[in-house]
Amino acid sequence: MSDAIKIRGLTKSYNGKIVLNGLDLTVKTGTVFGLLGANGAGKSTTIECILGTKRFDSGKVFLLGQDSPKRRRNLFQKIGVQFQEGDYQPEIKVSELCEETSCLYQNPSDWKTLCRQFGIGEKMKQSVKNLSGGERQRLFIVLALIPNPELVFLDELTTGLDAKARRGVWKALAALKQQGLTIFLTSHFMDEVETLCDEICILNQGNAVFYGTVEEAKQKCGCDKFEDAYLMLSDEEADAE
Amino acid sequence: MKSFFTLLKNETKLNVRDMNMVLFAVIMPLVVLVILGFVYGSKPAFDGASYTFMEQSFGAVCAISMCAGGLMGLPLLVSDYRERKILKRFRVTPISPALLLGVELTIYIMYCVLSLLTLSIVAILFWKVEIYGSFPAFIGSWLLTMLSTLSIGMMVGGLAKNSKQAGVIASVLYFPMLVFSGTTLPIEVMPKIIQKITSLFPLTQGITLMKNTFLSLGTENYIIPITVMTGVTVVCTGIAVRCFKWE
Repeated sequence: MSDAIKIRGLTKSYNGKIVLNGLDLTVKTGTVFGLLGANGAGKSTTIECILGTKRFDSGKVFLLGQDSPKRRRNLFQKIGVQFQEGDYQPEIKVSELCEETSCLYQNPSDWKTLCRQFGIGEKMKQSVKNLSGGERQRLFIVLALIPNPELVFLDELTTGLDAKARRGVWKALAALKQQGLTIFLTSHFMDEVETLCDEICILNQGNAVFYGTVEEAKQKCGCDKFEDAYLMLSDEEADAE
Repeated sequence: MKSFFTLLKNETKLNVRDMNMVLFAVIMPLVVLVILGFVYGSKPAFDGASYTFMEQSFGAVCAISMCAGGLMGLPLLVSDYRERKILKRFRVTPISPALLLGVELTIYIMYCVLSLLTLSIVAILFWKVEIYGSFPAFIGSWLLTMLSTLSIGMMVGGLAKNSKQAGVIASVLYFPMLVFSGTTLPIEVMPKIIQKITSLFPLTQGITLMKNTFLSLGTENYIIPITVMTGVTVVCTGIAVRCFKWE
């Protein structure tokens, strides 16, 4: 099985403060990888360094086997991205935003089908700004899936969704994974991580404090609930300092 | 090309929905032309002039849409798209965000063309305005004026830290050029001292060139405006390309 993402020794600092400290991780093709950690732990920075929208100080990043950011433009045919703070043109409608995204790719998925699948099929003619927070979040997942990607980045994918909508998103993502999609996600919901992720990495102040499966995390801490294990692991370093 | 035209279609819709450019780049020049028409009619530009005041002002009125697009619309839009991280979203797609900027530039050029067409029709129909110089020379001067003004807009939009700063810079450029370069108030009726100061504005040079080519006022009046505007276009485009901030 090949690696969709391989990171070695990724280091990044802002104004002398280290945000990522020699991060190593590997995401196998066709799996779901969860990057966890408190706010400000370095999750979004990691995604941006992988994608090349932020420069990093040292280390290597291989994205679908390619390590040069300059040669990546074509790779993005196969990659979908949902940034944490997605934004859009002020007056744009759902259908227009989907169409604008779709036209950038050679073999896009049908965005109307995706909208229906994610429960915003009735909203296509509406302005994006008039959607509820949850509907907008689902729209941004749809946008990330429009490229018909091999690899998708979802930064805080279900923030703002109600319980039912979250279940719907999980189901849809699980189905896409069955078809071979690799998913790199960040989340603050441990039930979601437990349901979706094959492997996780927990970040604390730029350091990887745990790397493995959800079961391994629970065993390591002797906890029945993953959320307890997560809290123990993510606080470990902070308490030690 | 498919991406370009789909983006052009959608972004044009968004721009028209916003209405600002429709008002300031298409309707406002028409209003100014009609007011000048009612005030001056077919009076000569000055006693003994072989051309009318309206003919003398035609190029200036054409510059209103360039001013609105290049000094107000374009810089605000570019900095807003950056602040909203729309340009950043394009960076993780197979299409460069530069294509989106190309699309926006095309839209502002379309506004200028639309304004030129509507102004020509109204001026010819109601005030029998005629071109004395060569038509290609006038279109050439119109193009150069437009490109230099839009390049200023691209530079401001590309460099401004945020849309608030872009708004301030745009206002500082837009209002003085709109009022004093001769677009709305004919430069010929202003005091000599203001005429001297405003001759430093690139837009004033553009208006002078359009006037000279429209009225066929002699080729010796072409050199300074062409040099100034070519210089502005090259420098501003160069700075915009080299220093453009995507985020």
